[in-house]
Amino acid sequence: MIYVALASFAFLLALVPLISILYATLLQGYAALSFDFFTKVTPPIGGTGGGILNAIEGSFVMVGIGSIIGVPIGVFAGAYLSEYPGKFAYYVRLLAEVLTGVPSIVTGIFVYELIVASQHRFSALAGGVALGFMMIPIVTISTNESLKLVSSSIREGSLALGISRSKTLIYVLLSTARSGVITGVALSIARVMGETAPLLFTALGSQFLMTGINDPASSLTLLIFDFATSPYENAHVFAWGAALVLLFMVLSLNMIVRAASRLKVTGTE
Amino acid sequence: MHDSSRARQRARLPNFFLILLIIAAFAVPVIVFLMLYEIGNGSIDAMRAFGLSFLVGSDWVPNPANGDPPILGALPAIYGSIVTTTISLILAVPISLGVALFQSELSPRVLRAPSYFLVEMLAAVPSVVYGLWGLLFLVPFMRNYVDSGLKATLGFLPLFYGPASGLGMLTAGVILAIMIIPYGSSVMREVIIAVPRSQREASLALGATNWETIKTSVLPFARTGIIAAVVLAMGRAMGETMAVTMVIGNVARISPSLFLPAYTIPSVIANEFTEVAGNGVYLSALFELGLVLFAIAFIMNLLGRVLIARMAFRAKGETAA
Repeated sequence: MIYVALASFAFLLALVPLISILYATLLQGYAALSFDFFTKVTPPIGGTGGGILNAIEGSFVMVGIGSIIGVPIGVFAGAYLSEYPGKFAYYVRLLAEVLTGVPSIVTGIFVYELIVASQHRFSALAGGVALGFMMIPIVTISTNESLKLVSSSIREGSLALGISRSKTLIYVLLSTARSGVITGVALSIARVMGETAPLLFTALGSQFLMTGINDPASSLTLLIFDFATSPYENAHVFAWGAALVLLFMVLSLNMIVRAASRLKVTGTE
Repeated sequence: MHDSSRARQRARLPNFFLILLIIAAFAVPVIVFLMLYEIGNGSIDAMRAFGLSFLVGSDWVPNPANGDPPILGALPAIYGSIVTTTISLILAVPISLGVALFQSELSPRVLRAPSYFLVEMLAAVPSVVYGLWGLLFLVPFMRNYVDSGLKATLGFLPLFYGPASGLGMLTAGVILAIMIIPYGSSVMREVIIAVPRSQREASLALGATNWETIKTSVLPFARTGIIAAVVLAMGRAMGETMAVTMVIGNVARISPSLFLPAYTIPSVIANEFTEVAGNGVYLSALFELGLVLFAIAFIMNLLGRVLIARMAFRAKGETAA
């Protein structure tokens, strides 16, 4: 019995920071929320007024660019790995798992050297590309895993009916594995939405709304970092408010995805 | 005949869809090699200037006062990374094991799903939000309660020497521990679940209690996998950037004291990358640090997965037998 108590204690101990973070973010961040907060752009650090509109815009744009890059490549690569297994597929899968373990700041300096240094400017595009490079291995592995779960009888039945391999993949396999693939994509989006390090030297951050993807851009994460590390108290409140918005988006996306996949499993499918 | 030659022609037509899939599959290796190339390329200047002594040099002076060329050594950053990771593992490994056992064996069935969910929420919190909470909540907490308590009781140790501002390797270690618990416990949980039923059932059949079964049959079998979880968590801890940067104080120093501001490899890069302004060797040194970080993370990741594969192989063998 003592071991059950110890394990339960460890579990509760692990929950303490979660509760503390949620509580602190809610309590401190609530004070920052206002209509202006969602409609104005960032003030100079330490200044009054202003909002997080450009940060929300930057986050959405860069996660969007990252998704446009990461989702198609990840899904097709994952499909290749499951449908054409072999030596090449084995090494691609291994490298994908290695890539997921690469610290995100390394991805950031990589994309800096690749895009920012050669273009001589920081841009939302570079930030989006960095996020996309992070999404590719995650989506690849989750698509591969989802497709592996599709029973071979479905695969073989489709091929036996004369449907070509590519049509089998698109119309039969991917649609059967649909919920797993979407879950993987949504979770990777939630993950990169919370990333800061890859954006530090690619998007740089900005106080203004973007005029195009070749401008530097802010993001909720960059804003939180800049404002939290400043010495000004009102900047701290601002950061808590942005953290509340970010946490809300990321946690609710996570919860929706997991609830939906659980429903599918116990549903009629 | 006419038909068979048409068929042969059709069979020789490239399947464009397959080509699309192959191109997508190539993306992953291309990214890895491009990454190594770009970062390696960026590090060349520093490698030429400092050679191998970069890794053991303990001075980090990017802009010497009298206009001399910079003297850059990675040891303060490497030291800080090792110490903070060690602290985080000391704190996180027992807790992760407890959480994993709770989730897989010891909790009532009805609590299983909620317990998975809650730990996943812990993992979903963005790193910068951990840093914000760390800087504005944990740092004052450590300064006012934990550090002063440690100084009062164990202040004679060089570990706890110096003024406690709350920023430093101890606080960074604590926040890293919190962040790697979800990852470490989920790997451990999967490994524990992977222990073949035959092991458990044999032990129970001999009259062992639930806990005795865990202690004598499950955990020893899962030992390789648990070590794998520790290695993987170590890699994760060494690569964590934002939360650590916000609470470690960002000072290049090698000191036994856990209370003084310090540095880790990722936080040097994060903190100083935008300050390199034209200083070619400085920028290159940061790239070299990035290369070191990539190598560390790569090795830890590979080692962890090899260990897990080895345990899975054993598990399959036992199940077949």
